[in-house]
Amino acid sequence: MPEAVLHVYRGDASGGGLKEYRVPLEEGMVVLDAIHHIQGHQAPDLAVRWNCKAAKCGSCSAEVNGKPKLLCKTRMDALPPGQPVVVQPLKAFPIVKDLVTDVQWNYEVNKRIPPFTPKPNAEWRWKQEDVDRVQEFRKCIECFLCQDVCHVLRSHGRTDAFAGPRFLVRVAGLEMHPMDALNRTKFLKEDAGIGLCNITKCCTEVCPEDITITDNAIIPLKERVVDDHYDPVRMLVRLVTGKKKGE
Amino acid sequence: MAETAHAASREHFGSTSRRDSWWLAPGLVAAGLLLLGGYATWAALQGTHFEFGRYLSPLYSPKIAAPWWPLSPALLILIPPLLFRSTCYYYRKAYYRAFFLDPVACAVGELNRGKYTGETGFPFVLQNLHRFAFYLAFLWLFFLWHDVWDAFWFDGRFGVGLGTLVILASTGTLTLYTFSCHSFRHLVGGKLDCFSCTAAARGRHGAWLGVSALNEHHMGFAWISLVSVCFADFYVRLLSMGVFHDVRLL
Repeated sequence: MPEAVLHVYRGDASGGGLKEYRVPLEEGMVVLDAIHHIQGHQAPDLAVRWNCKAAKCGSCSAEVNGKPKLLCKTRMDALPPGQPVVVQPLKAFPIVKDLVTDVQWNYEVNKRIPPFTPKPNAEWRWKQEDVDRVQEFRKCIECFLCQDVCHVLRSHGRTDAFAGPRFLVRVAGLEMHPMDALNRTKFLKEDAGIGLCNITKCCTEVCPEDITITDNAIIPLKERVVDDHYDPVRMLVRLVTGKKKGE
Repeated sequence: MAETAHAASREHFGSTSRRDSWWLAPGLVAAGLLLLGGYATWAALQGTHFEFGRYLSPLYSPKIAAPWWPLSPALLILIPPLLFRSTCYYYRKAYYRAFFLDPVACAVGELNRGKYTGETGFPFVLQNLHRFAFYLAFLWLFFLWHDVWDAFWFDGRFGVGLGTLVILASTGTLTLYTFSCHSFRHLVGGKLDCFSCTAAARGRHGAWLGVSALNEHHMGFAWISLVSVCFADFYVRLLSMGVFHDVRLL
């Protein structure tokens, strides 16, 4: 039976390195299967987070050959043959052990987003064309691959000022919701740090749910921020008419 | 945002575990932009050979009379198109990656240049005014379509030359590039939360769907239009220099 060679990161916050394992290849095998084989036969203490094994829970996020991927959605036969498969933890988050990272920061960011705020006395009926756009954002499985690959967080470490693409997607889902009455452009500009995004689209490239994060969420939000905070003509109109931002 | 312990150890430029040719895409983009940008700059600096008969190079449209301006008129004419392209959401991605190396590719180490400010500090904060560059580019389309109309007339008679098609292709692709703009997509209907609430909103929803369909190909239109504009100038320039004769098709 053919074998695959995997170089899997073993270590914790104090340090670690890649360790080589050999795994028998089977048809249709994904990287998570190989990791489970290692767990079951060679290294029972290998830490990996997983749950559904169907690319829907977002738990098994890691980096395969340097690219953020879901381990359960990455087929072994899609990787370059004859070369070791390098499996590492998400780089943007603190490591707990082996392939498991601490993604707690994301949940802290999530709590800061102004929640869904329905229009008062609204009739709770809306049409399909009004929800088509926001339904795309609801596909997010919170795997945090986009957070991991975003260079603002990954390379520049701006967790102090930037919410990351996942949460800009969430804000887009709220801002564009036909029943929501709240304006979050001030939050986007000042708290979520949307101006730090320089739209290089890595988040879109890695999204396992194929959400067009940059074009459908981040850029439209940037344009809404421009409406309220940068467009001098709109500022003048608001000054003359007394309208508020977002109207 | 609350700060948290950050795992990203300081990395050096180009460090990555990626096995693919991640350098190829930014390399090709840099080469393409340098080649086409270099040609357009050279052509704009010439100030000569930009028209032949009723053909006018798009780099010199609209024709302006500025006796107070000692240099090539293209250096004035090209300010709005240059603003539009340089603040375009696609080109931003292209040059941030290819020239600023920020990031050069996804999940690849960057240069350590101190505190990152993205598009919040000068001059990049001005990218937020892209919609105004769109307004100018939209205005420029009227001049360019006027040139297309002119290119169909030869000595007072309707006709089609190879140059007509070259200029038509240039303006056509520029039109697609302009109307697939992200800012236009927002202005035409993206800013609305409810598409079904009013008759006007329903109309704008249809327009937004159309622009959204174009917007998916914005990158392609950006490149094709840049190539076709440069080629149209090149074609008119060769005709004007007498290197070859235009082919009359009709």
